Amino acid sequence: MESEQFSRHISKRFNEELEGLRTQVLRMGGMVENQLGNAVEAITTGDSEMGLRVASQDHKVNALEVAIDEECSRVLATRGPAAADLRLVVAVIKVITDLERVGDEAQKIGYLASRLASEQQPHDNYSELRALGEHVQTMLHDTLDAFSRLDSDDALMVVEEDKLVDEAYDQITRQCISLMMEDSRTIRRFMDVTWVARALERIGDHAKNIAEYVIYLVHGRDIRHLKLEQVKEEISG
Amino acid sequence: MQKFMTTMEAVRNDSPTVPPSTVTTELPAVKSTGKTTIDSKKHQTVGDVTASNPVFTVRDCNVYYGEKQALQNVNLDIGRNEVVALIGPSGCGKSTFIRCLNRMNDTIDSARVSGEIKLYGEDIYARDMDVVLLRARVGMVFQKPNPFPKSIYENVAYGPRLHGLSSNRAELDEIVRDSLERAGLWNEVKDRLDDPGTGLSGGQQQRLCIARTIAVNPEVILMDEPCSALDPIATAHIEDLIDELTENYAIAIVTHSMQQAARVSQRTAYFHLGKLIEVDATNKVFTNPGHKLTEDYVTGRFG
Repeated sequence: MESEQFSRHISKRFNEELEGLRTQVLRMGGMVENQLGNAVEAITTGDSEMGLRVASQDHKVNALEVAIDEECSRVLATRGPAAADLRLVVAVIKVITDLERVGDEAQKIGYLASRLASEQQPHDNYSELRALGEHVQTMLHDTLDAFSRLDSDDALMVVEEDKLVDEAYDQITRQCISLMMEDSRTIRRFMDVTWVARALERIGDHAKNIAEYVIYLVHGRDIRHLKLEQVKEEISG
Repeated sequence: MQKFMTTMEAVRNDSPTVPPSTVTTELPAVKSTGKTTIDSKKHQTVGDVTASNPVFTVRDCNVYYGEKQALQNVNLDIGRNEVVALIGPSGCGKSTFIRCLNRMNDTIDSARVSGEIKLYGEDIYARDMDVVLLRARVGMVFQKPNPFPKSIYENVAYGPRLHGLSSNRAELDEIVRDSLERAGLWNEVKDRLDDPGTGLSGGQQQRLCIARTIAVNPEVILMDEPCSALDPIATAHIEDLIDELTENYAIAIVTHSMQQAARVSQRTAYFHLGKLIEVDATNKVFTNPGHKLTEDYVTGRFG
């Protein structure tokens, strides 16, 4: 499936509307990526102000979600899209829900960053959180890229990546638990670290969801809740 | 003149003069279609052209109007209790196709039909096929409502009376009432059955034509853009009616409204330049069609 296929309608106006939807989603995606990047940065640099700034920006993401949702309803009502066009609109409605949740998680991380900044900064500057953060940032970036290029192979890679995120999250949790057992005065701090890791893990899930919508958009097959081998079979079959 | 022609066409179609004994009111047993093979070389259609419980089986159907070939190697089944929607741009052969099913193309001198078209396993182009009876078994509803210039009652009673489907007035009354009820028109016309059918609104006239068609107990109903001259309310009435008619009949409907095809049919067939490009479950055709030409058509793209 090629992206220019959304510009071959007999109605030029319809082309513009679908192209507009795609652009808006990518804009929202860029905004969310930025929020996430800043939130992770705030954690690792112990920048309280930056954390709070991220938290205060979330309403912009929310507003964009509402606007795109409205536009989708309008396109559905007036155009009655079919086939790939219908799948695009349905995928957009779902993608922006996940993007909005990523925004919420980034907001949460922002708040946690400002709280953690008031505590003692560890000498490794939360390197595990940085690694996990960078990993889910890449996933989010790749899934949005796959959406813009309608590339189901790249989307499938994101789906596969999610397992690594889950493993990294488990590892951080285990580490935190043992540190808390060593010294109960750190419980509060490491609870927050666990929350950050949890938020990042959720972002990985959302990136995976978006990747699944991309595969739906390209192949017309819903691969949610399938095992990876089944997914590959579905796509090739 | 035009009006006269359409009326004549309808008379030929709906009012066959056949001896009563030959009219079958019960559906014959379905014969196995296992023997009919589809030539894979000529068969370019995406999807499954067969139906599990076929009423019509069409194989390798070719139609020519003089030199011009209007249909090329079309294979398609129409199943019992299902609505098949035929879609495609103007001149793609979809109307030609349904007109083959009750031999309406016989009325066009230059038309030539080849291939195999079987109704319950019986070749409808066989020499001994009674065309008049065939058209009673395979009813047709046209784009423009074409009631006879007679009363509402007579419009419906005409066919059954000629077929001898009733032996007395009371039975005929019952058939008229039942047909009008099934066509969803009874409540609107029960107090004025003697008024002329042409005095009804467009949507009511179309339902009258449907009542007239079902009054002779057909096995299949063909509809050629039955709603294109109707407003959305009348269209909704007809679409509901199509749903209900599925319980008893096989229906093939030609429509230019993609939304309508998506709403009323279980299977959709896409025609393009005389070829049957794709046939599949309607849900599939409108969400994830298998052929690029189908995709371009249902999404309104340049072909």
